[in-house]
Amino acid sequence: MSAGVPETDEPGVRLAGYEGRAAAVAGVGKDPVNLPMIRHWCEAMGDTNPGYAGPDAVAPPTMLQAWTMGGLSGHVGRTGAYDELVGLLDAAGCTSVVATDCEQEYLRPLRPGDEVAFDTVIEAVSERKTTKLGTGYFVTTRTDVRVAGELVGTHRFRILKYAPARREPPAPRPRRPRPVVNRDNAGFWEGVAGHRLLIQRCAECGTLRHPWLPGCNACGCPEWDTVEASGEGTVHSYVVMHHPPFPAFDPPYAVGLIQLAEGVRMVSNVVGVPYDKVRIGLPVRVEFRRYGADGADGGGGDGEGALVLPVFRVVEGEG
Amino acid sequence: MASEVAAEPRVGAELPPLEIPVTRTLIVAGAIASRDYQDVHHDAELARQKGSPDIFMNILTTNGLVGRYITDHFGPTAVLRKVAIRLGAPNYPGDTMVLTGRIEDVVEDDDGATATVRVVGANGIGRHVTGTVTVTLPGAGVSPGAGESPGTGASSGVDISPGGCAS
Repeated sequence: MSAGVPETDEPGVRLAGYEGRAAAVAGVGKDPVNLPMIRHWCEAMGDTNPGYAGPDAVAPPTMLQAWTMGGLSGHVGRTGAYDELVGLLDAAGCTSVVATDCEQEYLRPLRPGDEVAFDTVIEAVSERKTTKLGTGYFVTTRTDVRVAGELVGTHRFRILKYAPARREPPAPRPRRPRPVVNRDNAGFWEGVAGHRLLIQRCAECGTLRHPWLPGCNACGCPEWDTVEASGEGTVHSYVVMHHPPFPAFDPPYAVGLIQLAEGVRMVSNVVGVPYDKVRIGLPVRVEFRRYGADGADGGGGDGEGALVLPVFRVVEGEG
Repeated sequence: MASEVAAEPRVGAELPPLEIPVTRTLIVAGAIASRDYQDVHHDAELARQKGSPDIFMNILTTNGLVGRYITDHFGPTAVLRKVAIRLGAPNYPGDTMVLTGRIEDVVEDDDGATATVRVVGANGIGRHVTGTVTVTLPGAGVSPGAGESPGTGASSGVDISPGGCAS
């Protein structure tokens, strides 16, 4: 190694030293090729090929590796070199494993009674790679499978030994914006909390107004009381929000300007029909929706401070 | 038996798709039938600890399903010569994998024909498997037109860069 090379993959260099070394020598299949294991395989795969059953059955060629598997009782014939390699990878934090490639060649079919023997060589150990799963090393092995000395198949297998990438916890979904409640509009929001839609009424001239204001637009009188809206209304106008997306909202959605039966107008969502079915003149009725605490808005994560909002649902049979 | 004569292979022909519902049962049954007791193929809790959202199908099962797809299509006389697969998007329970195939190359020989089939298994999150299968079809002739598309076979190999899951 030249001293001037920056950022050498030191573990990778050591790992590459395992290329060409034996991973398993004179391994023997734990069971001879047999009909029960073939049948179990075919059941699992849904493979009804008649060639895999009956007195002249052959094993599905793709079972090649299965005959060499160690199962719960462990691998056979495995060399110290392979265990060392795995140990080094584990020590480098690459404790997880996933198979990425399998290339098999079948020279002749395996039949019940065939006693399988195999030798495995470590063909290649990659440099350190970054994958979606995490960073790690690809290890390629080649296994030659023999029956009574005759080569019956080869099996090239590639695994990724990797350190799992830390999974970011899903970001909590942003909360819907909260209303700014002040001295002038607190009564409206108290009404909403109690599922009542309250309209301000001038104590002097009786003019209704919304949104809530400190004084009357018509006569300037600061005194007022309220009337409860029936909740009936129609879509006076609307827009459909496509872009830009605001946190906590899923565009596209319709924002309606609702003409209440009492004569005032207010802005809210129109629900109960797809956004593109909202039309001017649609009859609607108020509905109080709870957002947040119980995740009813799909928002979740709001915990305390659930929000109740008046929205307008299209009256049944319309839209 | 006429019914056992393999379908005539033709370069460019598409195999009918095969839908495989990826059930938890299939994943576990396939893992055990292939004697693969890695916990990520049967224990969801341990799979999650290792960074996977759920258990996932093992490569031996995928290999078996790809082999089945080919022999289902060409019939029981078809002989698999080579199966080379690469895994990408994992097969998680509840997904469906749709296997599709396209004959990329046909070579006539004394016993029939040998076809190379490019296979893709797509699931809801991407390509679970890509690969090629070489299969010999005893008694099959080369239908007219075969070989008229030189070069189609050349690009049929695994065409993703090493490390299919590399980002």
